[in-house]
Amino acid sequence: MSQLWALLKRDLRLAVREGGALGTALGFYLVVVAMLPFGMGPDLNLLARVASGVLWVGLLLAALLSLPRIFDADLEDGSLEVLATGAVPLEGVVAAKAFAHWLTTAIPLALMAPVLGLLLNLDIAVQPVLLASMLGGSPAVSFLGAIGAALTLRGRRGGLLIALLVLPLCVPTLIFGVSVVSAVVLGTGGAQASFLILLAISIASLAIGPVAAAAALRIQLG
Amino acid sequence: MQLTIESLGCERGGRTIIDGLSLTAAAGEAVLLTGPNGAGKTTLLRTIAGFLPPATGTMRLTDVPEGEPVAEHCHYIGHLNAVKPRLSVEENLAFWRDFLGDSQREAGHGSPEGIIDAALDRLGLLHLAATPAGYLSAGQRRRLALARLLVAHRPVWLLDEPTVSLDVASVATFAGVVEEHLAAGGLVLAATHVPLGLTRTRELRMGAARVAA
Repeated sequence: MSQLWALLKRDLRLAVREGGALGTALGFYLVVVAMLPFGMGPDLNLLARVASGVLWVGLLLAALLSLPRIFDADLEDGSLEVLATGAVPLEGVVAAKAFAHWLTTAIPLALMAPVLGLLLNLDIAVQPVLLASMLGGSPAVSFLGAIGAALTLRGRRGGLLIALLVLPLCVPTLIFGVSVVSAVVLGTGGAQASFLILLAISIASLAIGPVAAAAALRIQLG
Repeated sequence: MQLTIESLGCERGGRTIIDGLSLTAAAGEAVLLTGPNGAGKTTLLRTIAGFLPPATGTMRLTDVPEGEPVAEHCHYIGHLNAVKPRLSVEENLAFWRDFLGDSQREAGHGSPEGIIDAALDRLGLLHLAATPAGYLSAGQRRRLALARLLVAHRPVWLLDEPTVSLDVASVATFAGVVEEHLAAGGLVLAATHVPLGLTRTRELRMGAARVAA
């Protein structure tokens, strides 16, 4: 356990010192969401209706941008090889790194979503629900994303390939994440059930992601 | 402690690189892997380190708990240094100590900070401890990678061209480090083109006769 804690601490420290990556993701999120009213026109009711979906899709795209970073740098400087010779199974290494990605990228993006919601006339009362759905659903993005990041490590233009691999896997998260918010907005009920399914998807990703990504990393190291 | 490799075979991209290699190395012994480029020196080290599954044959290490893979008892120094440019020299080394080290086995080796300082001092990096590793020269970065060997105890050292970009004095220092490891009952497999100046070494010429006693 102390080894995983050391790895997590190192990744968090690196993320703080290389702050540019998070800035890019947040900036990308802002630009994507801010473009929408220009494209759809200033119909406030329409914007409020599509807001939760747009914020979720934007979060997925922005998180996707930063996924290659989970393993890229460690492969390039040889750290990944040394990590693989540690007493910790590679699955644990992947879990620690994906968790660091969630803490340093997914959470800041989720915290920014309510601010961007103001641009889309999202009801202030709904914003805590949106935030909760994003915090509950985003672990799936980091842990499923780690699979894509591990598979595309050595590929040229891996970034585009990651999108093809990971976005379809994130569809369930997107559906239930949005349905939590829209159930509250429309008052149809069922928000709690959707939220629980969202959490279940995240927990399943926590279990599957490290195993699948570690298998992919073993192939990449060979 | 003894490393036994029996009729090991390795393939890369469908091509047989190593075929039927057998090797026994006992504690205190250094095996130098020599041979022309492409002879399979790196492939052999990477196989022992567990990155490549062997196509045939077995590897065993005696005196280790049953079921633990050989790789967990190895230090692997590859072509890349595994140094993070944004972390300081000391932070780089402290991370590898925490990640690779075994807290129980090293309880007797003094304070954790003492290990770092001693390792940096040994390789002449102590005055750079607080410098971000990105500002180091290639040779200093290599020495920082080698310092990893000293902060976590592993009996088997797999060294792939360990002295690349080291100056003459550093090569001599490093040879001393390896000698101490051997004297303490360690085991070294090194692929190198440079004579390390070690006393107790055996040469395994690869690419020609592939069997050594």
